Amino acid sequence: MFRIAGWPYRRARTSDWAASARGALELDSGSRVGVIGGGPAGSFFSYFLLEMAERMGIELKVDIYESRDFGSPGPANCNHCGGIVSESLVQMLATEGILLPTEVVQRGIDSYVLHMDVGDVRIETPLHEKRIAAVHRGSGPRGVTAVKWHSFDKFLLDLAVKSGARHLRERVRSVSWSEGRPRISTKAGEPKSYDLMVAAMGVNSGGLKLLDELGIECEPPKTTTTHISEFFLKPEVVERYLGSAMHVFLLHIPNLEFAALIPKGSHVTLVMLGREINKELIQSFLDSPEVNRCLPQECRGEHRVCSCSPRINIRGAVRPFADRVVFVGDCGMTRLYKDGIGAAYRTAKAAATAAIFDGVSAEAFRRHYWPTCRAIGADNRIGKLIFAATQTMMKLRPARRGVLRMVSGEQCKPPERRRMSTVLWDVFTGSAPYKEVLLRTMRPGFVPHLLWDMALATRPTAKADA
Amino acid sequence: MGELGRLYKNGECIVELGEAGDCMFVVQSGTVEVVRQQGGQTICLAKLAEGEFFGEMALFEKEVRSATVRARGDVRVLTVDKKNLLRRINEDPSLAFRMVQKMSKRIRDLNAELVRMKLGQ
Repeated sequence: MFRIAGWPYRRARTSDWAASARGALELDSGSRVGVIGGGPAGSFFSYFLLEMAERMGIELKVDIYESRDFGSPGPANCNHCGGIVSESLVQMLATEGILLPTEVVQRGIDSYVLHMDVGDVRIETPLHEKRIAAVHRGSGPRGVTAVKWHSFDKFLLDLAVKSGARHLRERVRSVSWSEGRPRISTKAGEPKSYDLMVAAMGVNSGGLKLLDELGIECEPPKTTTTHISEFFLKPEVVERYLGSAMHVFLLHIPNLEFAALIPKGSHVTLVMLGREINKELIQSFLDSPEVNRCLPQECRGEHRVCSCSPRINIRGAVRPFADRVVFVGDCGMTRLYKDGIGAAYRTAKAAATAAIFDGVSAEAFRRHYWPTCRAIGADNRIGKLIFAATQTMMKLRPARRGVLRMVSGEQCKPPERRRMSTVLWDVFTGSAPYKEVLLRTMRPGFVPHLLWDMALATRPTAKADA
Repeated sequence: MGELGRLYKNGECIVELGEAGDCMFVVQSGTVEVVRQQGGQTICLAKLAEGEFFGEMALFEKEVRSATVRARGDVRVLTVDKKNLLRRINEDPSLAFRMVQKMSKRIRDLNAELVRMKLGQ
């Protein structure tokens, strides 16, 4: 059970050694930090920790344990994700001085097309800008022979290394306590003790189980299965069928919350989210006329070169910290269904800030890191409500027709008057907190407008037109 | 294909002096110039390259744009929304550190310029 505001906090249990060393629970020059996992969460943590340490005049030693280098194509170097860097994260990274290189961004997304059984509608960004980045987490799916684009995860890992972190291409074999400090052992190297250990291994590796040995009272995240497929196509075919738009499907298929086709350089990525996505559900989706309208059968079939069913975090970990240990990214807290990389950035930076300015005790993380996780968790509960309401509406044909009519009618209006379009945009892209999306639906006129469009869309003449 | 932001052609105006603004901009690629018209003359105040930002004053003041910014050659510029940025700065004040750092450098450069002008007089 996830507990938020007012939850009865019990200080995370640590070893006796850690308790006795409590007086020195802060980072200082010469302190060592071990990060398990070199995905976005681990790289962001290392990068921001070292940046802030430099500003404060502290010299830290940061080791990132990541057996992959994300430099070659195929599943072994992939982090199994749809590969969307949200509009808000692109902007925040630019503000931080981190520009995504053109060789990493496979395609800039400037619009999305909503597909329903009652019709399709395109929604452009208000400023006609490419504000969302479609990337590959590795260097491409299975079958890629010439690497044209660089891996997003490698770009971030390189960023951390340039800041001074050390990338150890070793698989972590065990973790334990040694004289009050977490110790990381690998098959190849000598065990190393750290002043802070950061768990950033996601939810798809067995790494989380290793942490059982530390005896930390952290309840792991709850997960569900998703589906990702990659279709290899010529860039001009991707351009012709999908263009620079993300194609989102709201179909009345049980257990399917959301599905999208994301155009990339010479691939199209299919992402399906919902409750326990299985083969039947995937086939049912691919057989739907809406998908065939968007990406014909001849562009799929043997073009499907890679697929996986990764697990995603749908309820964050409880107490993702202890003395000298903190969990960031997916294995701690993430956003429901969307913007997982954005959540990795937020949690990693919050944990790094807490470690530099407030120390590495469980109490410091509770006071200065946990509020960020708690805010994401609270917003996710609102997100669940929004997805449940969307599912209910998608079951009702008049509601689907009303939504389509409302969104279509808004496209010729100024951006501030495109109410349904901005709500759907933010739900599908994960660009705004779910709370803000919900508040937007409560503005005067939103519901009456929708009801009016539903009424007009279900008139006999309107049906005949459709 | 892998570019972000919006493409501006050579000489195209990105920000116009005197207009209201509710966003700042980050140069993704290319160079922009910050200019002001004075007595029929165009004075170039600064040239900004990849990674640099402009229009940030609109985030902190309710004043209109203080200068015109236009593209020098083909330029890609990303817009950063005021609301989105201020919400994140509220959650993570360190996000503003780089902006403060850049603005501090600009004040330092302006001070140096002022000294040069006074010595010239």
